[in-house]
Amino acid sequence: MSSILSDQTPNSPGAPSGSTWVNPHKPIGGRLITEPFLIALGFVAIGGVLMAQRFMGGLGAVANISDGYPWGMWVAVDVVIGSAFGCAGYVMAFLAYIMNKGKYHPLVRPAVLASLFGYGLAGLAVLVDLGRYWNFYHLLLPWYAQPNSVMLEVGLCVATYTIVLTVEFAPAFLERFGLENARRKLNRLLFLFVALGVLLPTMHQSSLGTMMVIVGHKLSPLWQTQLLPVFFWLTAVLMGFGVVVWESVMASLCFNRPTEKAVLRKVAELMLVTTAVFVVLRIVDFAVRGQLGAPFGAHGTLMFWVETALFLAGMLVVLPKKARTERKALFLGSSLVLFGGIIYRLNVYIVGFIPAVGPWSYFPSLAEIFVTVGIFALEVLLYLIFVKTLPVMHAVGAKHG
Amino acid sequence: MTLSRRNFLSKAARGSAAAATAACAAVAAAPEANALQRPPKPMPAEAVGLLYDSTLCIGCKACVKACKDANGMPVEVAPDQTAWNGGEWDTPVELSGKTLNVIKAYTNGTMAEKDRETDGFAFIKRQCLHCADPSCVSVCPVTAMTKDARTGIVSYNPDACIGCRYCVLSCPFGVPKYEYDSPTGQIRKCQLCKHRLAENQLPACSDVCPTGATLFGRTEDLKAEAKRRVALKPGERTHYPRGDIAGKVGGRRDGHEATVRVAYQQHIYGEKELGGTQCLAVSAVPFDKLNLPTNVPETGYPTVSEGIQHTLYAGMVGPATLLAGLVYLAHRNTKDHDVD
Repeated sequence: MSSILSDQTPNSPGAPSGSTWVNPHKPIGGRLITEPFLIALGFVAIGGVLMAQRFMGGLGAVANISDGYPWGMWVAVDVVIGSAFGCAGYVMAFLAYIMNKGKYHPLVRPAVLASLFGYGLAGLAVLVDLGRYWNFYHLLLPWYAQPNSVMLEVGLCVATYTIVLTVEFAPAFLERFGLENARRKLNRLLFLFVALGVLLPTMHQSSLGTMMVIVGHKLSPLWQTQLLPVFFWLTAVLMGFGVVVWESVMASLCFNRPTEKAVLRKVAELMLVTTAVFVVLRIVDFAVRGQLGAPFGAHGTLMFWVETALFLAGMLVVLPKKARTERKALFLGSSLVLFGGIIYRLNVYIVGFIPAVGPWSYFPSLAEIFVTVGIFALEVLLYLIFVKTLPVMHAVGAKHG
Repeated sequence: MTLSRRNFLSKAARGSAAAATAACAAVAAAPEANALQRPPKPMPAEAVGLLYDSTLCIGCKACVKACKDANGMPVEVAPDQTAWNGGEWDTPVELSGKTLNVIKAYTNGTMAEKDRETDGFAFIKRQCLHCADPSCVSVCPVTAMTKDARTGIVSYNPDACIGCRYCVLSCPFGVPKYEYDSPTGQIRKCQLCKHRLAENQLPACSDVCPTGATLFGRTEDLKAEAKRRVALKPGERTHYPRGDIAGKVGGRRDGHEATVRVAYQQHIYGEKELGGTQCLAVSAVPFDKLNLPTNVPETGYPTVSEGIQHTLYAGMVGPATLLAGLVYLAHRNTKDHDVD
C-alpha cells in the first residue's frame, strides 16, 4: 500500500496506486482561500457574534419570536426548509441503491455530503433556538421520552439520520487517508446504512408535516389537513430532486466541469412527476375537505398563489423534453420548484399560522436573519473545503466500476 | 436488473401512486368515520377546576394580584405603559411569561352597560383551562408537561424542559408562555396553585375573589352549577356560592343572594370545546366576543395527530417492514460492486 503522502497533491486520485480498484471520485483541488471562501467566513463570524448575544441575553435579545409566534425562521427556515434541502442524499440513495440505477452513482456522494451539512447545521440551529438548550440531551434519554410527541419522533429520527449520513460519507474520508482495509470492511456493512438512510427521511420528513396537525384551527384551512405528512414527504422528495439538479448545474458552472447530462435529464423528469402529483393532490385535498373556496379568501391566500405559481412555472420550464438537457432550463426549472417547496413549508409553519389570542405579528429581525445566513455560510464553507480536499465529485470522464 | 427508462418511470410512478393513495385513504377520511382518530380522553374522576362567571366579575383584579403573590411572579409593565407606570403597578393586559392569570375587558360602543354585547362591556378571566385532552402534554417530547391522573391538573417541570416551545405553539387557547427576555427562560402557565391545594388552601384567584365570580371545585360540581346558572332568568333571586363550591378546601365561605340582572348565554365554555376543559366559564356576552376560540371541534386535536402517528408507527411494524425491504434491496444491489 502506498503512503498517505502520495495523496497530498490536490489533483492526485484518492485511491492508492497499485490497487486494482480505481476510485471514480477525485478531489477537485485548487486554492482553498478564495474570495467566496472569505466572504462566507465573514458571514460565519457575524452569525457567531449574534449567537453569543442570544446565549447571553435570551432568545428575545436577537429574535423577533413571541408567544404568538413561538417558532420563527430558525425553525421554519433552518430546520424545516433546510432539512428538505438535505433530501438530495435521500432521493439519490433511493435511486442508486434501492431502484438499482447505477448510472446515478456520480451524483450520490455530493448529494450525501450536502445532506450531511444540511442536517448537521439544522441541528446547530435547533441548539440556538432551544430555550433550555442545556437539557437538549433529554431528547435521547428513554426515561424522558413522551411517545405521543411527534417532535420526539422527528428528533430521534434526525439524530440517527445524521449518524447514518456520516457513515455513508465515511468512504470519502477513508479513501482520502488511504485506509483501504477499513473502507472495504465498511463497504460490506454499508447496505444497512443505505437502507436506514432511505427509511429515516421517509419517517421524519413526513412527521415534519404531522407536527402541525395538532395546531388545528391555528393553521389556515389552505394548509391544515391530515394529509400534511403526505405533502411534507412529497415536498421532501421533489425538493431532493430539485437540489440534485440545481447543485449539479451549479457545480458544472462554478468548477467548470461537464454536466452529467443523461442522468440529470431523468432526475429532472422525476422532479416534474413528483411536483405534478403534489399539485394535483393539493386540489383533491381541498375538494375532499370541502375547502375549494379557501384559495379565494382564506388566511394566507396570496402566499398560496405564490407557492402554486412557483410550482406550476417550474413544471412548465422542464416540461419540454429538450429543456431537460439544457443547463439554463434545468437551472431555472429546479430553482422555481425549490422556491415553491420553500414557500410551501414557510406557509405551513409561519404564513398560514394564526396565533391563538391576537393580535400578534412576526417578521424576522435583521439579527435573526444573519444567524441563519451565518449557519448557511458555514455550510458553504465546509462544502468548499470538502469537495476540494476529499474525493467527493466524480472524476471527469470516469466510468462507474 | 434492466429496465428501460419508460418502464422504470412508469413503474416508479405507479408504485408511488399506490403508496400515496393508501396513505391518503388512511389519513383523509371524514373525522367522524376516521379510523385513525385516537379515542378522546375522559375527564379524570376527581378533576378539579374553576368556574368563572363573567356576570359576577367586577373587574377588581384581586385575583391577578393574588396569583402573582402565590406564584412569585413579577410585576408586568408593557412597553407602551412605561410613560405612566414606572413599575409601581402591575398592569398586564394578556397572559405572558410574567402573568399566569389575567382579567381582560371586552368593550363596545358607548360601554354604557355591563354584560351587554352592544354599547356595553364585559370581563373575561384567562388562565390555563386544564384540558381533558391537553395538546401541550401531547406535544412535549420530554414529558415536561404532565396531566395528573387523579386531579387532572396540567403541570410543568422546568428541569425536564428543553425549551422547544411546541406547547406554546400548539395550545388552542394560547395559554403556555415562554420567557424570551431571559437566557435561562422557562415555560410559564397556571398550575391551579397545586402547591396551595396540597395544604388544603384554595387556588389564590378563587381564594380572594369577593363575589364568587371565580369559584373552585370538582369539575363535575362546577358543571352542574354552570348548568343551573345558564338556566336562570333575569329577575330571579338566586344564591351564588364563594370559594370552594363544596365548602371543603379553604373552609366554608358565605356566598351571596342576588337578583339575576342579565340573560346568560346558553353556552358553558369548556363543557365541550376540544374534548372539554376542567375550568369552565359562563357569560352574558358571546364567548367569541371575549376572544375565546368558539368554532372548534368537540374532540381535542391530539386525537387526530396521535391517531395519525400511532397508526403509521403502530408497534413499529410499518417502519420495520419497510426497513426489511430496503435492507434486502440495498444488499442485493450493492453486493456485486463497490458502494460509493
